[in-house]
Amino acid sequence: MTTTRRDFLAAAVTAAGAAVTPELAHAQEHDHDHGHDHQVVPSDPALRVKALESLLVEKGLVDRAALDALIDTYEHKVGPRNGARVVARAWSDSAYKQRLLSSPDAAIAELGYGGLQGEHMVVVENTPMVHNLVVCTLCSCYPWPVLGLPPVWYKSAAYRSRAVIDPRGVLREFGLELGDGVEVRVWDSTAELRYLVLPERPAATEKMSEEELAALVTRDSMVGVGKVTLQTQGARA
Amino acid sequence: MNGIHDMGGIHGMGPIQSERNEPVFHEAWEGRAFALSMAVDGDWPYGADRYQIELIPPEEYLRQSYYEKWVTSLVELMIKAGMVTSAEIASGKAIRPRTKAGHVLTAAEVPSMVARGYPANRNVPATPHSRAGQQVRARNMNPVGHTRLPRYTRSKIGTIVRDYGVFEFPDSSAKGLGEKPQHLYSVRFAARELWGEQASRYDSVYVDLWDDYLEPA
Repeated sequence: MTTTRRDFLAAAVTAAGAAVTPELAHAQEHDHDHGHDHQVVPSDPALRVKALESLLVEKGLVDRAALDALIDTYEHKVGPRNGARVVARAWSDSAYKQRLLSSPDAAIAELGYGGLQGEHMVVVENTPMVHNLVVCTLCSCYPWPVLGLPPVWYKSAAYRSRAVIDPRGVLREFGLELGDGVEVRVWDSTAELRYLVLPERPAATEKMSEEELAALVTRDSMVGVGKVTLQTQGARA
Repeated sequence: MNGIHDMGGIHGMGPIQSERNEPVFHEAWEGRAFALSMAVDGDWPYGADRYQIELIPPEEYLRQSYYEKWVTSLVELMIKAGMVTSAEIASGKAIRPRTKAGHVLTAAEVPSMVARGYPANRNVPATPHSRAGQQVRARNMNPVGHTRLPRYTRSKIGTIVRDYGVFEFPDSSAKGLGEKPQHLYSVRFAARELWGEQASRYDSVYVDLWDDYLEPA
């Protein structure tokens, strides 16, 4: 590192502090008790990113509208609802399920999904005797086109360190107790393949429409840290 | 490199904290940091951004959140690429004009960029050194640069499950030494081969490994 964080911040406060403080003060109101006046100290990364964005815009290296479009894409368009639709289709249509397992990129593209951080997909199927779990021990690789951006726990040191050495302990922490005879397959996404778990279809859902099924499918079940039940409420985004 | 990022099998990292109805971004700056990292056209080789994150000193790596690490990496890469100077980063003000006429991503281009992604497979001939069903040993190698061979697999014996075809090799490209395309495999390691008797005899870990990481067992 050529610039230490402390140096950078000291300068960034001078450069951008006055401009960003009111905005940050507003953002922090949600987390603070009120009824007293307090000096708002903007959080370090917020200032740092604000200053960086201003610099890159000033230098003509980024376009603010593109940044807005990227954020909007991952907040509103690309998320675990996509994966839930893929799963529900596979549950409803056995020919689709075969395509999904044998040619996942093409099958996922049939529903209009694919691309960034999901260029090369692998779909692994859970059965009563096989449970699949996905992790990235080296980084936080995750199938964005079908699940969106990864949640904090998936990126955490706790999950990345333990999923490969103690998958059953990890699953227990998520409330999932597997029988001793069930085979656990952990997929460490160390290369450019991205993994999606096809969870087991819950019992007593034979009459449900694809849409109703999709509403049951959770993000966690598609990473392999949960199961789908009639009680689960699918991912929102 | 044998860094803190290579976390598989480490003990003591605490409980997993899952948040109900977690937002995509917890704070606005996280979204901006994410978008900046996606939008800047730095032209650095495949794997270089990951390696830059791995170079963050371990105590900082553990302290910084995910998107803080992205920003740290982005800034260092842009300085190395000559897109910004340390002085500009320190002051937050442009000192000299943009030197490189790189492409600036527009909002209209975002959907196609997202839909296309950056495929890493390569349509070039390469001889596979292993085949499905074969036993292989992950090499005992400790490169100081970027690598996708996790420490917990080194010297361990696994079975080739599947040949994914030819892919760019990040160990080489992250150093700027070219793509060195080669076969990439899904390799199954029995949990007991990796972790000993404490692991379930039913369990296994599947790791994606390139030919250069493997030798016949």
